[in-house]
Amino acid sequence: MKTAVLLGAGGLGCPAALALRDEARARGLSLQLVIVDDDRIDGSNLSRQILYTAAEVGLPKAEVAARKLGAVARVARFDASTAAALLAGADVVLDGTDNFEARFRANDEAVARRLPLVHGAALGWTGQLLTILPGRTACLRCLFEGPPPEGSVPACAEAGVLSPLCGLVGAAMARAAMQVLLGAAEAGVLSRWDALRGTERPLAVKRDPSCAACGRVAS
Amino acid sequence: MPVNVKIPAPLRPLTANLSEVAVENAGTVGAALEELSRRYPALKDKLLDDKGALRRYVNLFKNDEDVRHAQGLGTALKEGDRLTIVPAIAGG
Ligand SMILES: [Zn+2]
Repeated sequence: MKTAVLLGAGGLGCPAALALRDEARARGLSLQLVIVDDDRIDGSNLSRQILYTAAEVGLPKAEVAARKLGAVARVARFDASTAAALLAGADVVLDGTDNFEARFRANDEAVARRLPLVHGAALGWTGQLLTILPGRTACLRCLFEGPPPEGSVPACAEAGVLSPLCGLVGAAMARAAMQVLLGAAEAGVLSRWDALRGTERPLAVKRDPSCAACGRVAS
Repeated sequence: MPVNVKIPAPLRPLTANLSEVAVENAGTVGAALEELSRRYPALKDKLLDDKGALRRYVNLFKNDEDVRHAQGLGTALKEGDRLTIVPAIAGG
């Protein structure tokens, strides 16, 4: 059995989890999906967080999502003190969190444990996806040295995350995770969507030998 | 033929919604950003820190090459090159 750990059951995490669960079933792949989120469902989430209904507002996202998908719920914050327990046994990690701190933490913790990581992000009309094979392909810090100071870049609460783009990037995260599980990861390529134009452009990203996260991880 | 700078969607409010800006006479990545910031002053602070270095959470690609792996802002540009601005985003 394979284990996939999803960080964040929000706009990206909902479609990613749904597509990954269904694709694993369709292929007859035995997959344990672990859903990590410490947030509760808010009415403003419903347009893009497609696993939730108005009747579930106020309930923990991880529990509701896990119940609907036959997954394991971890109502917990992903931080330095919980990372080891939450990532235990993972064959692939999917990052669908909603802030820079969590994303760089997800990168650093996955890289330190040499766990393949599927990083998906969305803001406004823009989506990004990067599959990371630690020690072999570029990680998030090879591409961006670190997070912006708080408040300098709009958070999704201000700039908004477009619902249709969430479906697009979330489905791509599920595809990327499935490729990792099948041993055919498409890593080292940053996919970038411009949902305003309906275009997707890949950029090859290289490892930075002096990367603070993966520079010392042997290949 | 100028250098073509690709503006990502989150920064387009600062470039009169243009997704591409042609920059003339830019011999280096730094010079292209200088010229771009002269025309769209609000952009400068998004790309460069107060010491004039590329911000940690922004990256630039010359054609398909990460300028951090080349000579950074000193990376040479020639006419017809494409400079793509890639900002880190975190929403989900
Ligand atoms: Zn790295």
